[in-house]
Amino acid sequence: MLQLFKFKGGVKPQTNKTQSLAEPIGVAPLPSRLFVPLHQSIGGTPRPLVEPGERVLKGQLIGAADGWISSAVHASTSGTVRAVAEHIAAHPSGLATLSVEIEPDGLDEWTERTPIDHGAMEPEKVRERLREAGVVGLGGAVFPTHGKLTASKTVPMEELVINGAECEPFITCDDLLMRERAEETIRGVGVFRDLLQPKRVLIGIEDNKPEAVAALQAAVTKLGERFEVIAVPTRYPAGGAKQLIRVLTGKEVPSTKRSTDLGVQCFNVATAYTAWRAVAHGEPVVSRIVTLTGNVERPRNWEALLGTPLSEFVALGAPKADTNGYLMGGPMMGFEMPAMDAPLVKATNCIIAGSPTLFPPKAPEMPCIRCGECAKVCPHELQPFELYWFARAHNFGKTQEYHIFDCIECGCCSFVCPSRIPLVQYFRFAKSEIWAREKEKNAADQAKARFEWKTARDEREKAEKAEKLAKAAAAQAAKKAAEAAAAAAAPAAEASASDTPAAAPAAGSPALDAEAAKKAAIAAAMERARAQREAAAPKNTEQLTPAQQREIADIDARRRIMETQTAFNAEIAETQRTQSDEK
Amino acid sequence: MEFTTPPYLLKNASVQRVMLQVLAALLPGVGAYVWIFGPVIVVQLALATATALAAEAAMLKLRDKPISLFLTDGSAVVTAWLIALTFPPLSPWWLIVTGTLFAIVVAKHLYGGLGQNPFNPAMIAFAVCIVSFPALMSQWPAVGMKVDLGDQVRVVFGLLPRLDAISGATPLDTLKTALKLEDGQFSVAALLANQEVFGFFAGRGWEWVTGGYLLGGLWLWQRGIISWHAPIAFAGGLSLLAGALWLANPAQFANPLFHLFSGGAMLGAWFIVTDPVSGCTTPKGKLIFGFSAGVLAYIIRVFGGYPDGVAFAVLLLNICAPLIDHYTQPAIFGMKDKA
Amino acid sequence: MITAIAIMALGAIVLGAALGYASIKFKVEGDPLVEKIEAILPQTQCGQCGYPGCRPYAEAINKGEADINLCPPGGMEGVQRLADLLGREVKPLEAEEKPKAVAFIDEQTCIGCTLCIQACPVDAIVGAAKQMHTIIPELCTGCELCVPPCPVECISMEPITENLDNWKWKYPVIEIKRAA
Repeated sequence: MLQLFKFKGGVKPQTNKTQSLAEPIGVAPLPSRLFVPLHQSIGGTPRPLVEPGERVLKGQLIGAADGWISSAVHASTSGTVRAVAEHIAAHPSGLATLSVEIEPDGLDEWTERTPIDHGAMEPEKVRERLREAGVVGLGGAVFPTHGKLTASKTVPMEELVINGAECEPFITCDDLLMRERAEETIRGVGVFRDLLQPKRVLIGIEDNKPEAVAALQAAVTKLGERFEVIAVPTRYPAGGAKQLIRVLTGKEVPSTKRSTDLGVQCFNVATAYTAWRAVAHGEPVVSRIVTLTGNVERPRNWEALLGTPLSEFVALGAPKADTNGYLMGGPMMGFEMPAMDAPLVKATNCIIAGSPTLFPPKAPEMPCIRCGECAKVCPHELQPFELYWFARAHNFGKTQEYHIFDCIECGCCSFVCPSRIPLVQYFRFAKSEIWAREKEKNAADQAKARFEWKTARDEREKAEKAEKLAKAAAAQAAKKAAEAAAAAAAPAAEASASDTPAAAPAAGSPALDAEAAKKAAIAAAMERARAQREAAAPKNTEQLTPAQQREIADIDARRRIMETQTAFNAEIAETQRTQSDEK
Repeated sequence: MEFTTPPYLLKNASVQRVMLQVLAALLPGVGAYVWIFGPVIVVQLALATATALAAEAAMLKLRDKPISLFLTDGSAVVTAWLIALTFPPLSPWWLIVTGTLFAIVVAKHLYGGLGQNPFNPAMIAFAVCIVSFPALMSQWPAVGMKVDLGDQVRVVFGLLPRLDAISGATPLDTLKTALKLEDGQFSVAALLANQEVFGFFAGRGWEWVTGGYLLGGLWLWQRGIISWHAPIAFAGGLSLLAGALWLANPAQFANPLFHLFSGGAMLGAWFIVTDPVSGCTTPKGKLIFGFSAGVLAYIIRVFGGYPDGVAFAVLLLNICAPLIDHYTQPAIFGMKDKA
Repeated sequence: MITAIAIMALGAIVLGAALGYASIKFKVEGDPLVEKIEAILPQTQCGQCGYPGCRPYAEAINKGEADINLCPPGGMEGVQRLADLLGREVKPLEAEEKPKAVAFIDEQTCIGCTLCIQACPVDAIVGAAKQMHTIIPELCTGCELCVPPCPVECISMEPITENLDNWKWKYPVIEIKRAA
């Protein structure tokens, strides 16, 4: 038996998992509308490939991956595209995101599916297949899976960790998946194993799911694999990737490194399952298993189509009357869905109907008494109360000194805090503030560089122009002098008397002519534009009140003054430039 | 839903629960106190509690804070109890009131209230009073005195003259005074053998009270309210110095056991140096904090001019706590080999 | 008496030597304060402060010629950070604070005169003579310097709206008050 390691901290909230385990996974009926967001994974936003009115088939590509770290999006069922427009996202902000609205035709007709034999293919091609099939981390992080399937060039791949821990209370989707679809899950793990070539494959499952452990063990034996299925102690957040890696391998992955740098990689069991469907059946990710539980009459796991609106999904469980909101994800790290028409997405592992009895209103927040409970339970061994102190004071430099980016936002600190301080919220605030500032700072630095470059360029151009003009002037002067000399030499002396004073202004005239031509062109363009504007303008100025007309007249008058001023300024500037050019 | 930030599940924990458990942990010590020195301590506890709550309410009102929320958090009561237990039981009422007022108004609220005070309020009260009223703060009743509760209460409220017969010095003080007077000619062993004053090992009766505090402290540790670091380090620092000097000159210095179980050592170890607000928070920091406080307490109580040194030692270390914390930040997950 | 004087003198010599050594050892090249001030400024190069760019403004602040509240794009937060850095008093901003915006060229109206390209201090506009111009929103600092030169008024300032990419977690609301 493998020796298990411990991670520090962690908490043991009530698991509440049995409610939704009574029934097998059900297939959710077709909803009346689907809203499939294009951006469902970390990385680039996929480009829409369909237009309103177009008929799409189930599994048809509707959003192409944009960049390597990005994942494709597919139509969840056959039907007609009604719109490609902004629709509210399954996101705590409640903001909208570009989504494809599909009206199902009820046929659920698949597009052509082409299974591949991954063993006979270049690894690169298999990764591309996973990218095209939209396979992403289904544990909640939705990182494109193909991006994690490349071993480090320098560190040999030692362990492949498969995460079936499912430590958050209420959630049971992975548990049932492992019980009911163990064989396909193990085959999916085999695909990852073939791509990464690790020395060992460790499947970690919390020991409160003995059925899942047994099912996977049976499948491993049946398929003749050498994977180790390991029950790990039940303690939140044992299902965090870094915690599970720690428990199974003893390795600690810091925020500054990738796990492959330590020779480990970690995938969720559901990801392995979808990867197998994509490889062996040619099926892209169009649905996922979602736990519907909490304050509902019939808690159960459903295989639901991506894009299903929340309202139609929760109706399957018959929410009780006092339901006052829906959480997406678990009660520790999830968030409240912003609206009932927000869709289910690849990251939606669980929907919990909330009620005042299930999630009682929080007692008022008190000041921090530095009791250190949060530090005791922090799985990353941070000092949350210190971080809180600095985040609260907007002292972001200090929060980074105290390793805020090592925080995985698991919520253990907030869970135990006797003063009920929303610690995680403070850390999220500090993190996004730091990111925003970093972005701003980078933009400012780049702007500064471009500004300096432009200034240098302007000066160089000016110098070049001045040089050219000086040369031309010298040549002109020489020519004039020669002419004058010739004229003086000629017997016709009366002509030279009128010629000589004109020589000086003539030196600048070619430059002036060019400027004048340019100015005339601009003036002409302005004239044209004005004419155009006047022709276009009256559209919305027909039925104006006298007050509005007066206002417009005022604005026009101001603008005319400004225009004359700008013209005047430009003229002065021009004259000055010409003068300096002449020098 | 009512609130919109995860986690939506919270453990059933509150500041009030923490404080109530601290108060419960004080009960064994208080029980022994009542048994040894008489029930007058209950009057003092009530007096301090009432004063603390009144001062707290007034300050909250002035600071425009929610009164009922903070008044019921129990922190003022803990401060009040610690004050009553460190002051002599027959202190005049105004001494307790002055100390408590100073603790709550100045040491707590002027620094920002709950969680913001850099110094332990109870120790501030003790220090202020012992500096201002050294005589009153040094008069402890002889153990097992035959004065009924009524008379004791009358003494507290100034209705009876303070009698020399019922007030004297603590064993610790007695020892120090005796040693000073006798100029080292007196043997500690002989003094300690005097069961009348010095009980089994740390002063007659005192052993029971401090033993009660030890019991309460162990319970708090078992409940996870406090960690072992600071108390053990404090006891370690105190016994180390005491032990070294005792071994060097047993005739002049008392043994570590005596020092651990006399004066405010036990109360300090389990209830004062463990105060999270004014103490250190990192494990290593708690060890440094506790150890230094123990050493300092010994030096002050043996070589200084005051009967006990715990309060001053703790206050001095309170100043250093942020610095100690800053330099003892533990290595975090994944960064341990670097640190 | 003599010992006392000797001790004081010795102290003075030792400390003086230490100070002298430190001033050589830790000598600072250049003027780091200007750099620090400039790092706080938003680098829009808009000239709204009355100086031709962020660097000159930073230099003017450093010399004490300019106040710290003249930079509208930096906003009150910029003033606050300058005040912290320089130990000066926080003053309200001279102009009103506007939401961050980027310039937008109405491509139907643009005549391709290149005047805005010349005005843009950060090369955020692409285009050529008689060709339509366009603004690269990621590079635009929102300085508005391109707006007045446009002869056909086709440039407008579009405020940056909140979207999923720039959305930030909000500061938690303190709930202590609510309990009362």
